[in-house]
Amino acid sequence: MSAHDATAASAPPVLEPQFGSHAQQDFARSFGMWVFLASELLFFGPLLLGYLVLRMHHPEATGMASRHTDMLLGTINTAVLLTSSLLMALAGHAAQADERRRAARLLLATALLGIAFLAIKGYEWHQEFGEHLFPGAGFRPDDARDAGTAHAMELFFLLYFAATALHALHLAIGVAAALWLARGLRRAPPRGPGNETVELAGLYWHFVDVVWIFLYPVLYLTARSGG
Amino acid sequence: MTSAQNDAAIVDDSAAPPEREEPGYLTGRYRLRDWLTTRDHKRIAVLYAVSITFFFFLGGVAAALIRLELATPQGDLVSDDTYNKLFTAHGVIMVWLFLIPSIPSVLGNFLMPLMIGARDLAFPRLNLASWYLYMLGGAIVLWALLAGGVDTGWTFYTPFSSMFSNSHVVAALAGVLVLGFSSILTGLNFIVSVHTLRAPGMGWFRLPLFVWANYATALILVLATPVLAMTLVLVAIERLFQVGIFDPALGGDPLLFQHLFWFYSHPAVYVMVLPAMGVASEIIPCFARRPVFGYRFMAYAILAIAVIGFLVWGHHMFVSGQSMYAGMVFSLLSFLVAIPSAIKVFNWTATLYKGSIHFSAPMLYALGFVGLFTVGGLTGLFLAALALDVHLSDTYFVVAHFHYIMVGGSVMAYLGGIHFWWPKVTGRMYSETWGKIAALVIFAGFNLTFFPQYLLGYAGMPRRYHSYPEEFQLLHVLSSAGAVTLAIGYLMPLGYLAWSLLHGPRASANPWRATGLEWQTESPPPEHNFTRPPVVVREPYAYTPEEP
Repeated sequence: MSAHDATAASAPPVLEPQFGSHAQQDFARSFGMWVFLASELLFFGPLLLGYLVLRMHHPEATGMASRHTDMLLGTINTAVLLTSSLLMALAGHAAQADERRRAARLLLATALLGIAFLAIKGYEWHQEFGEHLFPGAGFRPDDARDAGTAHAMELFFLLYFAATALHALHLAIGVAAALWLARGLRRAPPRGPGNETVELAGLYWHFVDVVWIFLYPVLYLTARSGG
Repeated sequence: MTSAQNDAAIVDDSAAPPEREEPGYLTGRYRLRDWLTTRDHKRIAVLYAVSITFFFFLGGVAAALIRLELATPQGDLVSDDTYNKLFTAHGVIMVWLFLIPSIPSVLGNFLMPLMIGARDLAFPRLNLASWYLYMLGGAIVLWALLAGGVDTGWTFYTPFSSMFSNSHVVAALAGVLVLGFSSILTGLNFIVSVHTLRAPGMGWFRLPLFVWANYATALILVLATPVLAMTLVLVAIERLFQVGIFDPALGGDPLLFQHLFWFYSHPAVYVMVLPAMGVASEIIPCFARRPVFGYRFMAYAILAIAVIGFLVWGHHMFVSGQSMYAGMVFSLLSFLVAIPSAIKVFNWTATLYKGSIHFSAPMLYALGFVGLFTVGGLTGLFLAALALDVHLSDTYFVVAHFHYIMVGGSVMAYLGGIHFWWPKVTGRMYSETWGKIAALVIFAGFNLTFFPQYLLGYAGMPRRYHSYPEEFQLLHVLSSAGAVTLAIGYLMPLGYLAWSLLHGPRASANPWRATGLEWQTESPPPEHNFTRPPVVVREPYAYTPEEP
């Protein structure tokens, strides 16, 4: 793009030709991320509505199924993810102060906690798979009294696996983004990413965290006490 | 005045096109590779236009076969199974591959940056990605159809789609899912661009109504489409694992599917018609030479339709067994949508009052849009009434109603927009005579196709059957004859518009003497739209009626 070069060469980081200033570009990107997250929020919506309907139809079976989840590991994972969000927030602050090396280290630590979360979650799935709690032909919970209860419990686990897998997918994307940023921050713009990019990654990371803050009580805690 | 004099008055070709300062966006870099890697919103719009036209005619072929089958009461042309697959193909292609992307992705993509005085959309790479997702989704849907088709109807109702259908449901769901992400990216791009890239002086209440309409549409795309996406994933999981989240036999709830599906698919109707309203709001003031009547009310009405449209999905479920009280609330809310819709119709009409009306081709399409949208909207009120809906639900009355909105409304407006902005997009003038003839043929063919379907539905003809009692034949034959006329009408622009690309006279920057920013730059515009950054100093639609 010929018009591109004229504006790009002067000011790091790169100013795309459609923007008039860096302030406008930064605002558009952060606003775009917010719009994207609003869309993401509704993406998770049907899973939560499905859970609500399931619990209204089958309160007892939902409680029984929920008691099969591993509350200890779920709680540990919540702590891991909340801590990762703290580190991500600190990385954002460091980037804002132009301390790019510190920001890179914090991003690396954030990503490692994300990986720890995924490892623990994977171990949980492995356990549940062994207990025949994965929906489908092999679904055989040890305490279902009749076929109707078993079906309802299977629906709980369908939503459990769908929601946690979708969440894990989002987190994996977040880990990849954090690692890419941590690496890229070692180079100065325009070759490396600008400082405001850390802020964007942070918005996404906190969103993934907030989704878990809803999934954790819904899947592990609230139905356990009832039914 | 004769129509020829009218044309002379409206087409301003007195000023020869001045020397260009920058080459147009179509000039140079013409290899396929340049087009497939372009980030220019105008080129992406052209890519969309070509692909969407292909799918429009593909969906049209399915419709033609349906109408051919229905010419006789016996199911003699295709089997009932094939018939199911035909109307599913027609619905899926027309809704997701044509109507939803049509005006936003083609005209919106081309015009939104121009109209707000920007050099491009906020995220050009995302814009190109959205076209690739569209093509991928289209390819998957096409594969599902070629591999044997889908027989669920475009609504994918469970548990039929998840447990019983023996057709390629999962592939079709996957295709629609990918198309959904394409919509979301386009919507996101529009929202951010309107918020951040408006030219100096372009306040919110100086935005053309086309921009308002596409902005409201983008809000719906971003907030409703993800719900459909997840719902389709759940249907696919249910089908693959035989777990019944939507199957009552396995502890699930089929109404949950319908609620989730229509939470997207009703607002999606407004995705299809709001941009059409935007197009009409540009064409009518220009060819009546009058400012649009009640500009602010028009803008508020657009937002009101978008917002209330989120709250009426339950009117698709009056006979589903949902709570009677829910039905009453949904009925009331559906009547409420009629208010902003009526404001728009009255304001278009008031814009015409004492105007200097030129019956050029875009205007004929726009006036056709207003009339047909009004008929479709009024029959929508019949269906929003609880008791009447019990009688009309799942009959041809419903089919006629939504085709009046979707085809009579959206397709008419899309074609009107294509004609109106053709000089801007291509730099050529099309044949005004052929344009008018096509508009009239389409208007006549459309009414002949779909008006008999109101009568059929009222008399009790259910939708989605390939055979019917003999007393319905006359109306069915009329409808099929209309479909032939309509097909001819749709093929005509393909011919004369293509001809104009090579042989049409060069267009000046502003052949219609219109007021929008897109007419201030050359035809076709340079790569970054404006040679000098525009500054807006006037209200929109500053037209003055001509002396008689």
